[in-house]
Amino acid sequence: MEFNANVPSGPIESKWDLQRLQNKLVSPANKHKHNIIVVGSGLAGASAAASLAELGYHVQCFCYHDSPRRAHSIAAQGGINAAKNYRNDGDSIQRLFYDTVKGGDFRSREANVYRLAQISGNIIDQCVAQGVPFAREYGGLLDNRSFGGAQVSRTFYARGQTGQQLLLGAYQALERQIDARQVEMFLRTEMLDLLVIGGRARGIVTRNLITGSIDTFVADAVILATGGYGNVFYLSTNAKHCNATAIWRAYKRGAAFANPCFTQIHPTCIPVTGHYQSKLTLMSESLRNDGRIWVPKEKRDKRPPNKIAEPERDYFLERRYPSYGNLVPRDVASRAVKEVCDAGFGVGETGFGVYLDFTDAIKNLGVEVIRERYGNLFEMYERITDENPYEVPMRIYPAVHYTMGGLWVDYNLMSTIPGLFVLGEANFSDHGANRLGASALMQGLADGYFIIPYTIGDYLAKTTLDQVSDDHPAVREIENEIHARLTNLLGVRGKRTVDSLHYELGKLMWNQCGMVRNEKGLREALLKIPELREEFWQSVNVLGGNDEFNQALEKAGRVADFMELAELMCLDALERRESCGCHFREEFQTPEGEALRDDEHFCYVSAWEFGGAGQQPVLHREPLNFEYVPLTQRSYK
Amino acid sequence: MNLTLHIWRQENARAKGNMVRYEATDINPDMSFLEMLDVVNWSLNEKGEEPIAFDHDCREGICGSCGMMINGVAHGPEKATAACQLHMRHFKEGDTITIEPWRSKVFPLIKDLVVDRSAFDRIIEAGGYISVRSGAAPEANSVLIPKQNADLAMDAAACIGCGACVAACPNGSASLFTGAKIAHLNLLPQGQPERRSRVLRMVEAMDHEGFGNCTMHRECEAVCPKEISVHFIARMNREYLVRSFTSD
Amino acid sequence: MLSSEEDLPRSNRRTSMVVAFWNSTVGKKVVMAVTGAVGVGYLITHMSGNLLVFKGPAEIDAYGALLKTNLLLLWAVRALLLAAVLLHIVAAYQLARISQKSRPIAYKRWRAVASDLASRTMRWTGPIVGIFIVYHLLHFTTGTVHPNFHEGQVYHNVTTGFRVWYVSAFYIVAMLALVLHLYHGAWSMFQSVGLNHPKYNLLIRTVATIITVVVVLGFISIPIAVLLGLVS
Ligand SMILES: Cc1cc2nc3c(=O)[nH]c(=O)nc-3n(C[C@H](O)[C@H](O)[C@H](O)COP(=O)(O)OP(=O)(O)OC[C@H]3O[C@@H](n4cnc5c(N)ncnc54)[C@H](O)[C@@H]3O)c2cc1C
Ligand code: HEM
Ligand code: HEM
Ligand code: SF4
Ligand code: F3S
Ligand code: FES
Repeated sequence: MEFNANVPSGPIESKWDLQRLQNKLVSPANKHKHNIIVVGSGLAGASAAASLAELGYHVQCFCYHDSPRRAHSIAAQGGINAAKNYRNDGDSIQRLFYDTVKGGDFRSREANVYRLAQISGNIIDQCVAQGVPFAREYGGLLDNRSFGGAQVSRTFYARGQTGQQLLLGAYQALERQIDARQVEMFLRTEMLDLLVIGGRARGIVTRNLITGSIDTFVADAVILATGGYGNVFYLSTNAKHCNATAIWRAYKRGAAFANPCFTQIHPTCIPVTGHYQSKLTLMSESLRNDGRIWVPKEKRDKRPPNKIAEPERDYFLERRYPSYGNLVPRDVASRAVKEVCDAGFGVGETGFGVYLDFTDAIKNLGVEVIRERYGNLFEMYERITDENPYEVPMRIYPAVHYTMGGLWVDYNLMSTIPGLFVLGEANFSDHGANRLGASALMQGLADGYFIIPYTIGDYLAKTTLDQVSDDHPAVREIENEIHARLTNLLGVRGKRTVDSLHYELGKLMWNQCGMVRNEKGLREALLKIPELREEFWQSVNVLGGNDEFNQALEKAGRVADFMELAELMCLDALERRESCGCHFREEFQTPEGEALRDDEHFCYVSAWEFGGAGQQPVLHREPLNFEYVPLTQRSYK
Repeated sequence: MNLTLHIWRQENARAKGNMVRYEATDINPDMSFLEMLDVVNWSLNEKGEEPIAFDHDCREGICGSCGMMINGVAHGPEKATAACQLHMRHFKEGDTITIEPWRSKVFPLIKDLVVDRSAFDRIIEAGGYISVRSGAAPEANSVLIPKQNADLAMDAAACIGCGACVAACPNGSASLFTGAKIAHLNLLPQGQPERRSRVLRMVEAMDHEGFGNCTMHRECEAVCPKEISVHFIARMNREYLVRSFTSD
Repeated sequence: MLSSEEDLPRSNRRTSMVVAFWNSTVGKKVVMAVTGAVGVGYLITHMSGNLLVFKGPAEIDAYGALLKTNLLLLWAVRALLLAAVLLHIVAAYQLARISQKSRPIAYKRWRAVASDLASRTMRWTGPIVGIFIVYHLLHFTTGTVHPNFHEGQVYHNVTTGFRVWYVSAFYIVAMLALVLHLYHGAWSMFQSVGLNHPKYNLLIRTVATIITVVVVLGFISIPIAVLLGLVS
C-alpha cells in the first residue's frame, strides 16, 4: 500500500496556498455532471455537502438520523477555537498551531495542523455570517473564553450550545441547497458498504431504515463524515447511535485505519451510577475555567464536602501543575483524577468521582456571572443528579469522549482508496494523540467548508472515471453480501440482547484499553475479544425482520462492527510501546508518572491495512517530522 | 419501584395500533425515562417480544430526537426537560404511565412511538437560513451586534426541533418552531436582506404542510424543553403582517 | 412560490399579496384579531350607551334616536359590523377546520399545562355569542321575537324584554360565554398582530382583563337590574 501524505513542499505558511494554486480545477460547466456522495450530515458532512453544492456539484447526502440537524455534533457544548487574537493576549496562527501539535503530543502531521490554524479564523467569519449567535460582549464584539491546554482566550461559544449552533448553521446552509435541488438528502438511510470499482471509491450501499430496502448509489467520489467510534466502550459521552460502521466497512474495502487506539477520555463527566446506565454526560470543559477540582486529603472521607475544611482538601491539579492548574489538557487531567480515585481518595457513593467546586468562583464573581456562564450546564447537572451545583460541588469522573484515530487521509483528506475522502472525527488527521478542547468543531468545519471543496476538485479534474451503472456485477455482489449478513444477524435468535453483549465489550475495553493500558491487559483483551465476537454471533437475539423499521437490527449491525474494531484498537495499543497523549502505557512513564514518549521509535502514524477475513492486519508507518515545533517532552507544570 | 405502562404499539404506518399494558419492575429512581424503557425492552427481548421503538440519540436533551407524550404531556411532567432528561425520581411506586407518540397529520407515524418530523426540515428549506457562500464571509467582528440582540437571537435559536410544540398544541400548530427560527435570523443584522422572503416563505411552507394554526394556548411554550417563548410567535405574526404589505 | 410573485406587475402583486395573506393561517388570524377588535370597540361603546338605562327612559330613548339621526352613518357602521362579524366567523371556521384536520388521531390522555378554560372553549363561546347576536337583533332591533316591541322606545323594549325570566337567563348565559371569549380574545388579538413585548405583556393582559370584566358586568347589570326590579 502506498503512503504518500502528499504534503506540498515549501515553507509551512505557504503550503496550503501553494496546494490551492497547483490544484487542477473542474470547469464550472462540468461541475454539475459530477455526482458526489457525502455520508454524514454532522458539522463535517453538512458543511461539505453545502459547500460542494454551492460550487455546482450534484451532491447526495446521507444520514441515519431523521434530520441532518440531529448529528452528534449538536451535543458539543464548550466552544470552537480560532486564532483571531481578539483578546490581544498573544494568540496567533503560530500559537494555535504550536498548542495543537504540543497538545497532540507530537503525533500529528505538522502541515495539516498549520493549515487548520490558518483556516480557523475563516470559520468564525463564515459562521457569524450564517447567523450563528455567538456570545457577545456589551460592545457588540465577539466574546471568548479559555479552554484546557491553552494559555490564551481563543474559544468562541454560544452559551453551552456551541455545537448545536454551529451545526444548525451548517444544516441551514445544507437545507438551502436541498431547496435549490443541488443536494438530494437521504434521511434515515444508513451506509452499510463502500462500492470500490477499479480501485476507486465509486459509491455506497445503503439500507433504508424505514423499509429495509438495500440500495446502491453510484458517484464520482465518496466523502465519509460519519463521526467517531467512542461507543466501542458502550458507555461514552457520544450519542447512542454513534458508530464505526461506515469507516469500518471502508477499512475492509482497503482504506487504512490510522491510530485506532488514540481515544480521548474527558475528565469532566458525571460519574456512573448504575448498570442500567445508557450513556455518560459530559460537563463542558469550560467549567474548569472557574471550577476548582479537589478531593479530601483523607482516604475514603465520607463527610459531606462542606464539612471538609480548606486545609483538609487536596487541589491536586493545582498542586501538581502550578502553571496550568485546573486547565491542564484532558489526558493529563483525566489520568490525575483516575490516580487519586484508584488511591482511595475518590468521592461519592462509588468512590469514582472528584469534586469540581464553584464556591470560590461564586464568591469572587457573584452567582449571576456564574449563572450567565454555566447556567444551563448547572441545570443539566441538577436534572441528572438531583444535586444543586450552586450549593454542593459537582462530582465528576473521566469518560470516553472522542476518538483521534480514524481513517488515514493524506493532506488532501483522501484515504488510501482513491476517490474516498474522509472528514471530521472520522479521519485521524489533526489531533495526534490528544485533542485539545474546542478543536474538533474547528477541524470538522475546516474540513467541510474550506478544504474539501478545493481538494475534491483536484481529484475529479485529474481523474477519468468510467461510467458505472447500478447493475454492475460488483453492485450485485456487494448487495448480496449485505443481505446475507442481515439474514445472519436475524437468524441467530439466541438468548442475549445486543446491549448486553455491547456492555461486555465496553467494559473489557474500558478496563484494558482505556485510560491506562499495559501489555498484559492488552494481550488478554486480544484473546477475549474474538471469544466475545463468537459469543455475539452465537447468542445474539435480534427480533423482527429486515423489511421494516427495526432498531435492534440497526444496533446489532453496528455492534458487530465494534466487535471487530475493538480488536484493532487493542492491537494498535499493544504495538505502540510508548506513552503519548491519551495513550498511556503503564510500562512507559516518567518518574513523576507522566507519559513518556519514545520519539526515536514511535514518531509515526500507525496506519493499519485490512489483511483479509481472519488474517492479521498489516501495519504501515507514516513517519512524522517536526520541523517547526521542536520535539519536546510536554510539560504543563 | 414498580410501574404500570400503557404504551402505544403500532407495527408500521399502515397497521392498526393500540395501547398495550406493560409492567416495569425494579426501576431505579436515578434512571432516565429512556433508560427505564431500555430496561423494559430488554425484558421484552427476553420474552421474544419485539422491543418498543422510540427515537433517541444524544440523551442529553439537545439533539431533539426523543419525544413522546407521557401522561398526556409532551416530554412528561418536568418543565424544560426533554424525555431523555426526565428522571424516574419524578414518579412514584405504583404509578401508571401512559405513553403515546406525537400526534399530528404532519408527523406520520413510522412505528410505535417513532414519527416522521421531516416537515420541520422543509420549513427550514423555505428560508430558515442566511444565504452565504462558504468563503465569502466578511471578517466576523466587522458587524457589531448588541449583546441583548445576540442573546435574544440565541434564546430563539436554542430550539432543538423536537416537535413537542406541535404535539402539545391543541391545534397541532408549528408556530413556535417556525416563529423561533424566523426570529433567530431576523433579529440579526446578517438576516436582514432576506427577512421579508424568509417570513413569507416559511409561513407558507408551514401552512402547506398542514399544521394547525395558533390560537395562543401556550401549551407549546410550557412543554418546550428549551423554554422557547411564545413571544417569538407574536414576532412572527407581526413580521408577517408588516412584510406582507411592505416591500423591501 | 413567492419568488415568482416578484415578477408580477405591481398592482397584481398587491392583490395577490392580499390573497396570499388571507390564505395563510397567520394572515387569517390577523383578520380575526382586527375584526375581533372592531367587535370589542363596539361592545365598549354599546355597553356604555346601554348604561343610560339607569338614568331613565328619556335619556336612553334620546340616545337611541340620536344614533339614528344620520342614516348613512348608521348603515355604514352596520355594514362595518356585519362585515367584521362575517369575516370573523369565516376565518374562525376555516382555521378551526385546518387545526382539527391536523390532528386526525386524538390522544388517549391529554393534560393541559398552560392553556386555560377560556382559550380551550373559544370554539364554543364564539358560536354562542354568534347565536346570541342573531337573537338579540331579532329581539331589540327588529322586534321580531319581542312580545311587546315599540319601535324607538328603547327603555320600554329593554325593560319589558328582560322581564321575561328565560330571556334574561339566555342573555346572562350569553354574557358568560362572552366573558370567556373576551378574556382570551382581548389578549390574544394583541399576539395575533404581534404586539408582544416583555415590558408591556403584563399591561396588555391587565387591560384585556379589565375590558372584559367591565364590558360584561356592564351588560349583565341590565337584565339583572330589570329582574330585581331596580329598573322598571
Ligand atoms: C458531549 C460532547 C461534547 C463535545 N464538545 C465539543 C466542544 O465543545 N468543542 C469541540 O471542538 N468538540 C467537541 N466535541 C467533539 C465534536 O462534537 C465532534 O468531534 C464533532 O462534532 C464530530 O463531527 P462530525 O461531523 O465528524 O461527526 P458527527 O457530528 O458525529 O456526524 C456524523 C454523521 O454521520 C452520519 N452517519 C454516521 N454513520 C453513518 C452511516 N453508516 N450511514 C449514514 N450516515 C451515517 C450521522 O447520521 C451523522 O449525520 C464534543 C463531543 C461530545 C461527545
Ligand atoms: C359569531 C360568532 C363568533 C365566533 C364563531 C367566534 C369565534 C372565534 C374563535 C374560534 C376565535 C378563536 C381564536 C382564538 O382562540 O384565539 C375567536 C377569537 C376572537 N373573537 Fe370571536 N367569535 C365570534 C364572535 C365574536 C364577537 C362578537 C367578538 C367581539 C365582540 C369576538 C371577539 C374575538 C376576539 C377579540 C378574538 C381574538 C382574536 C385573536 O386572537 O386574534 N368574537 N373568535
Ligand atoms: C344585556 C345587554 C345588552 C343590551 C341591554 C342590549 C341592548 C340593545 C338594544 C336596545 C339595541 C337596539 C338599539 C336600537 O335599535 O336602537 C341593541 C342593538 C344591538 N346590540 Fe345590543 N344589547 C346588549 C348586549 C349586546 C351584545 C353582547 C352584543 C354583541 C355581542 C350586542 C350587539 C348589538 C348589535 C349588533 C345591535 C344592532 C345595532 C344596530 O342597530 O346596528 N348587544 N342592543
Ligand atoms: S420550539 Fe421547543 S418544543 Fe418546538 S421543536 Fe423547538 S425545542 Fe421542540
Ligand atoms: S400551544 Fe398552540 S395555539 Fe399557539 S401558543 Fe402554542 S402554538
Ligand atoms: S435523545 Fe437527544 S434530545 Fe432526547
